Amino acid sequence: MSIKDRVAIVASSCTRFGEAWDRGTDDLLREALGGLETDSTPDAYWLGTAQSGMSGITLGKVLGHDRPITRVENYCASGSEALRNASYAVASGAYDVAMAIGVEKVKDAGYQGLNAFPIPNDGTQRTLTAAAMFSLVIPAYANKYGVSDEDMRDALAHIASKNHSNGARNPRAQFRREMSEDQIKQSPKVAGALGVLDCAGVADGAAAAIVVRAEDATKYTDKPLYIKALSFVAGSGSGLTDPSYDYTHFPEVEASVKDAYAQAGITDPRSAFAMAEVHDCFTPTELVLMEDLGFCPRGTAYKEVLGGAFDLHGDLPVNPDGGLKSFGHPVGATGLRMLYECWLQLRGEAPPERQIDNSRGLALTQNLGGYPGEMVSFVGIVGT
Amino acid sequence: MARGIVASAGYVPYRRLQRADIRAVMAAGGGRGTRSVASFDEDTTTMAVEACRQLHLTPAPDAIWFATSEPGYLDKTNANAIHAALGLDEAVTALDFGGAIRSGVGALKAALESTQKVLVVSADIRTGQPTSADEAQGGDGAAAMLVGDGEVIATYLGGASATKEFVERWRTPGDLRSRTWEDRFGEAMYVPLAERAWNAALKAADLSEVDVLCVAGMHARSVARVTKQLGVGRTIDLSASVGDAGTAQPMLMLAAALEQATPDETIALVSLADGADVLIFRAVEQATPKRTVQQQIDAAQDVSYARFLSWRGMIAPEPPNRPEPARVSSPAAERAAEHKFAFDGRSDAIGTIVTFTVDRLAYSPSPPIVFAIVDFPDGTRAPLELTDVDPDALKVGDEVEMTFRKLSTADGIHNYFWKAKPTR
Repeated sequence: MSIKDRVAIVASSCTRFGEAWDRGTDDLLREALGGLETDSTPDAYWLGTAQSGMSGITLGKVLGHDRPITRVENYCASGSEALRNASYAVASGAYDVAMAIGVEKVKDAGYQGLNAFPIPNDGTQRTLTAAAMFSLVIPAYANKYGVSDEDMRDALAHIASKNHSNGARNPRAQFRREMSEDQIKQSPKVAGALGVLDCAGVADGAAAAIVVRAEDATKYTDKPLYIKALSFVAGSGSGLTDPSYDYTHFPEVEASVKDAYAQAGITDPRSAFAMAEVHDCFTPTELVLMEDLGFCPRGTAYKEVLGGAFDLHGDLPVNPDGGLKSFGHPVGATGLRMLYECWLQLRGEAPPERQIDNSRGLALTQNLGGYPGEMVSFVGIVGT
Repeated sequence: MARGIVASAGYVPYRRLQRADIRAVMAAGGGRGTRSVASFDEDTTTMAVEACRQLHLTPAPDAIWFATSEPGYLDKTNANAIHAALGLDEAVTALDFGGAIRSGVGALKAALESTQKVLVVSADIRTGQPTSADEAQGGDGAAAMLVGDGEVIATYLGGASATKEFVERWRTPGDLRSRTWEDRFGEAMYVPLAERAWNAALKAADLSEVDVLCVAGMHARSVARVTKQLGVGRTIDLSASVGDAGTAQPMLMLAAALEQATPDETIALVSLADGADVLIFRAVEQATPKRTVQQQIDAAQDVSYARFLSWRGMIAPEPPNRPEPARVSSPAAERAAEHKFAFDGRSDAIGTIVTFTVDRLAYSPSPPIVFAIVDFPDGTRAPLELTDVDPDALKVGDEVEMTFRKLSTADGIHNYFWKAKPTR
């Protein structure tokens, strides 16, 4: 038994992402709620936020009435986790209509990058930034597959440049400027070989979706999307102390990919999907994800990237909305922002300047949290 | 049965300040040669651990006594963290000898006159106002001696002290710098005290002369005068490389002397601090710590004057715009003590760098953070911060050893843990 074709998405929305100095968490939630074009009234809500609010009251204050609202947190995959839980809720029959909504108000913190609430601890945990942890992938990948520094640099710059190019065609993106590969390569170093333009920004934002049982879908929309797979894996966190881990792949992602493909019956991922939204928090992350997702064999992603396979009109468009690179990363919202692009593209409602060929009828979202060695990973597949 | 020193070792931190750099920046102060500089992640407790780790600690001591004028904590015993980092048994007593510079030589003397097997360790970080004599002539370091009976490397022959109340050097709690009286007053006090203690010590040791002399003291003029006046043929002098490491200096000089000693050689240690203390030893065999004081003096790297000033809190560069670490949870740290302090028994292992990165964004008291994934011979792996390292010279596959450091301080709680450093 699987979740495949049991749940439908009947509405989806996403705010513009950016530095919302003039709007708080409440305002962002209100904007995402207002963007949902639907007559349905949810019976229950799942709210994904890492640290912009505690408990369901964060959303209850905005709704203005008492409802079953569950706040969920699973690192940077909190938005996807809200979707997964809302989907299971309608599939179980407990509710007829459920909402998944994610929000993050990052820019009220006053620091660069993302920062987690400190949980009292023994002081021995590593204190590196996410950028530094993901920078470990670059030399590891280059050494393992014999990739020259130049090829590695070019491939990573291509990923960033492609995502900026897609984001320039998206009115909801935080950054809407094209960036050349040279500009990206010349950006100041932040961690290891990662320049500042290899890193996703941080932004405020919110996104939402409404799910119902598949058989009810057409009551709410003519063009529903159906959930084909929902997979989530929280790793054991042992990668940092596991001598066999080599920083060229993400085992938690591989496990969630395997599970998702089994649920959806995917055997040839490269030709199965019209598009994929993946967690490009840093350029090497997207590079490795192309292999973890089975879009190309191990050690070949850099060539495929350079060949344009994942460009907007390439063989398999990846991050056609601009990705985290253009949107920034409001932690709780990102997973549902990815779903929103699938909603637009598969329904043929993306702006013409970035509408892709959707004839394959399937889209994938991959949303991760944590770091190489201690990661959570979500993979979702939706289709018409 | 002979009582004396069973084992001895010094610890000299990796960094040196060229004294000429002080004058180049400030147009005053400085001098010739170098002084040793504790890294930003070292304090007297961590340096004491490093000194003890140079010793072969078998059999285990009955007690550990720690002396410093620059303790990490007041109220709380600093020797407990050293005890934990060395993995000593709960039955081993840990005590601090606090405050005065004399407490270093005093702890050694008390151990020699006791009946227990005592691990005595002293450490100091000496600083002063920019351009001051203390800044240029001070030094940072530590030394450890296992004192006991039986198989000693140096027999304690006897000693003597002379004590007198006078205010020549002083520092009130909370002050960053020490203050001193006019230079000639100290000389008038110390030289006669040293003479009296010297004569009494020779009598106690039943000697008329000694082979090697170590004179320690923050009052440089008296040290020079007494050294000259005693007229011993061979002397130990660390002033051109290490400087004067205050509380640690007497034991650091004695450790250096014991590492050069030949059997039957007699060695006198004279300390001038609020009086005079003289301890006389006869070498049985040469001290063989894991690294000698001289090896540590030779394996050094310069630190710029600006960085030295920032490490000592004299100037405060803009930190990365990231939150500072939260305080360590005491119960969590206590539960994790085997890992946090004893590093699960791997503190003496040599690790290999699997991969590494330089983090220019993360908070650090001295950015950037150099960080590596390290594999150990027992098949385990640990993610570790590197220290005493030049990231441009680092390669995958390089060997590293462990060193006990202070990661940060929050709410007045020091976060001690292990880092890795290149083997040298």
